[in-house]
Amino acid sequence: MTPTPLHRTTLANGLQVLLRENHSAPVASFWIFYRVGSRNEAPGLTGISHWVEHMLFKGTELFPRGEFDKAVSRAGGSFNGMTSQDWTTYFETFPADRIELALQVESDRMANCLFDPAEAESERTVIISEREGSENSYAYLLSEEVQALAFYAHPYRHPIIGWKSDLHTMQRDDLYAHYGAWYTPNNAVAVAVGDFDTATMAAAIERYFAAIARGPEPAPMRIVEPEQLAERRVVLRGNDPTAYLTLAFRAPAATHADFFPLIVLDAVFSGAKGLGMAGGGGNARTNRLYKALVESRLAADAGSSYRPTIDPDLFSFFVTLAPEVEHTQIESVLWGEIRKMQQDGITQQELAQAIKQTRAQFAYSADSVTYQAYWLGFAEMVTGQAWLEEWPERLAAVTLDDVQRVAQHYFAPARQVVGWYVPDPDATDLLEDEGWDGDDGDDGDDENEDSAAMNEPAVGA
Amino acid sequence: MSSTLSYPGPDTITRVVLANGITILVRENHTTPVVVLEGMLDVGAVDDPSGKTGLSSFTTAMLSRGSARYTYAHFNETIESVGASLYFSSESDAANVGITCLSEDFATLVDVMADALRNPTVPRPLFDIVRGQKLVRLQEREQDTSAMAALRFYETVYGGHVLGLPVSGYVESVRAITRDDVAAFHARHYGPQGAIFAVSGDIAPQAAVDLLANALGGWQATPPARNLPALPPLTQPTRLHVPMAGKVQSDILLGVQAVARNHADFYAVRVANTILGVFGMMGRLGEVVREQQGLAYYAYSSLDAGRDSGVWLAGAGVNPADMERAVESMLAEIDKIAQAPVTAEELADAQAYLTGVLPLTLETNDGLAATLLSMEWNALGLDFLARYPAIINAVTVDDVQRVAHTYLRPEALAIVTAGSKA
Repeated sequence: MTPTPLHRTTLANGLQVLLRENHSAPVASFWIFYRVGSRNEAPGLTGISHWVEHMLFKGTELFPRGEFDKAVSRAGGSFNGMTSQDWTTYFETFPADRIELALQVESDRMANCLFDPAEAESERTVIISEREGSENSYAYLLSEEVQALAFYAHPYRHPIIGWKSDLHTMQRDDLYAHYGAWYTPNNAVAVAVGDFDTATMAAAIERYFAAIARGPEPAPMRIVEPEQLAERRVVLRGNDPTAYLTLAFRAPAATHADFFPLIVLDAVFSGAKGLGMAGGGGNARTNRLYKALVESRLAADAGSSYRPTIDPDLFSFFVTLAPEVEHTQIESVLWGEIRKMQQDGITQQELAQAIKQTRAQFAYSADSVTYQAYWLGFAEMVTGQAWLEEWPERLAAVTLDDVQRVAQHYFAPARQVVGWYVPDPDATDLLEDEGWDGDDGDDGDDENEDSAAMNEPAVGA
Repeated sequence: MSSTLSYPGPDTITRVVLANGITILVRENHTTPVVVLEGMLDVGAVDDPSGKTGLSSFTTAMLSRGSARYTYAHFNETIESVGASLYFSSESDAANVGITCLSEDFATLVDVMADALRNPTVPRPLFDIVRGQKLVRLQEREQDTSAMAALRFYETVYGGHVLGLPVSGYVESVRAITRDDVAAFHARHYGPQGAIFAVSGDIAPQAAVDLLANALGGWQATPPARNLPALPPLTQPTRLHVPMAGKVQSDILLGVQAVARNHADFYAVRVANTILGVFGMMGRLGEVVREQQGLAYYAYSSLDAGRDSGVWLAGAGVNPADMERAVESMLAEIDKIAQAPVTAEELADAQAYLTGVLPLTLETNDGLAATLLSMEWNALGLDFLARYPAIINAVTVDDVQRVAHTYLRPEALAIVTAGSKA
């Protein structure tokens, strides 16, 4: 299916607008993306973008707290907000005849959020509770340790939800200042996809958003992570009996020429993920890690991950160890697979399969206007629209030599960050007494039967 | 903005029942070159023999690990070389199957699926690998406060009945399952009668019907009739705590046995549940526990209604120091909706949401296939979507209060918490 043309315009106040008609179902999705995320946060204020995102649900004069979510639900809509390293976004998806409500609420809260001090205080404990839900898992704690160890200078080192100590000390005025600095029309992109007429939608967006005053130009984020010279290791111990291992390497930004060869590499290691953000989730057993670690019974689960980001982030391996297996053994098998890739490259068949899988998985989410709008906004934040339009060709152009070259270039012992979670019955509880008072399937077959697991690249509202 | 709401109905859904008892539903949708199939078979964890809890789940895991015409390696290559997905999973009263593929590959995927369902070979080395994976997952479950709260909650609210036992089993029961148990379970319980396959996507309805009829029409097997004992009603409130060391968040689940999907009270309960813990930001529970008290990131209610039974529950995740306060708040909200009528505005809001959100659930192939499947599984009729708004809008304030009062009885409550002591 050829998509209808993308209509692009910019309002006088700097708000960029992207519109695409899609009449396949009587629904429409509207998104606002802001060019701010944990990437833009200073020490002491980690997690502030995510907290501000929560505050955008806490009321304006027009929609006092609770009225926004009720109005959207009453109209048969779905909504959410998400904060990532690179951006913050809000969306509503509606039956098409109700979509104007999205324009009304998003234009209202771009400029008019109250940040009531009592509401900010009440949200502090909600966000700490959100964080504590993650802290219950040693797999999560290990991922935080590895991320923090992998970056000395760049803000990608801190978690999107923020360090708990910052969540305790941050104040309402910090939040409000962040909102004022980043929530301006000239720092935002509005995206609509669905069953509407472009001229009508463009006029409606003009009507709702044009009166919002342009803000000061946001401060650029200039920090560049220095080159990693030494291997880095972290060992986390705890009472939980399942052992985990992470092995990570710095890897380039989405716009780098090596991005697509690395996407192929990731697919050959552990199956395609539809570019790693939305979509993905096909069967994944013919890949190298599954054969080397799961079918050999060294691991219950083994995967790799690489996602498109503005600045260089990580290419990571993650393994859930089988009982009685040593971490050193897993490291040795992982390095064996890496060296094999560096010495012999991959096969033509692996390359073809990685490309077909990635394209197919991307297609699976394309019948949803919500995902289509997400991708348009995402590309505007991270890569530019050309990347989104050209990725199938750029992926198809990847050669066997490209893949071998990036394997040799990015994976080296001195550039590794290694994290172990080691079960230890004698470990003391790290988190229980830190001095804060209480006021504040198998590979996809069956694994969600008893409880749902989430592994999102962004933190939701 | 053009918005002609025409829901799938008798004119646009193709429905065929094969002689061996399989029902096929197809809805054409050429938005993308993709076909999605979702199916259910009448075999589930309720068929697990005593001491082998988790056997139905083990069996579905083995369906994708080798069959008469597709060895394990051939199965994997066939599916992955075209970037498709084919999964099998088990739930309490059904086995699920799903296909997502490009339309050009649908015939191949149907062939693989049919052979897996009919002729699994259960290779012993793969059985051993799967058991190892399952045991690690059960070990991880014991580290997960929400999973442990759910495990003990369902056991408790169903009074130990097989409907409340965990689909993935227990460490001891999964250790006790043998390769031959899996083969025997498949031979005894898998058959065409009552199976449903719902298809949505880029395919002509007759072509989809022909593919499925060719692949599955010759399947003959007659599982024994299921004979479930009656559910024991809870007659006194039951509370238990699952102690878990080193956890900074505790999970709370509390609730009651409520209604099966086809019970006359189902829609009134659905509306009441929407008011209690869904509408807007998780309904009344979200408003009090999250927004006013700031105790939790999530505080919600949900309704889980199957063919034979249903559970109405509320859940929250909180700091251990706040656990008692959160339980009290949740119980107070349950008492409030059981004792006092909801407002006319709350009712109207819930009805507007439940009826208004339909177009969103029917947008994608996934959503369409799941909706068709649920309509057939629950015998709602092909005109169900057209009738649904009127059914929801007929629910009154009195209905809501009557069902809340009837089902949310204090003596019928199971209350389970999991986590560290404050």
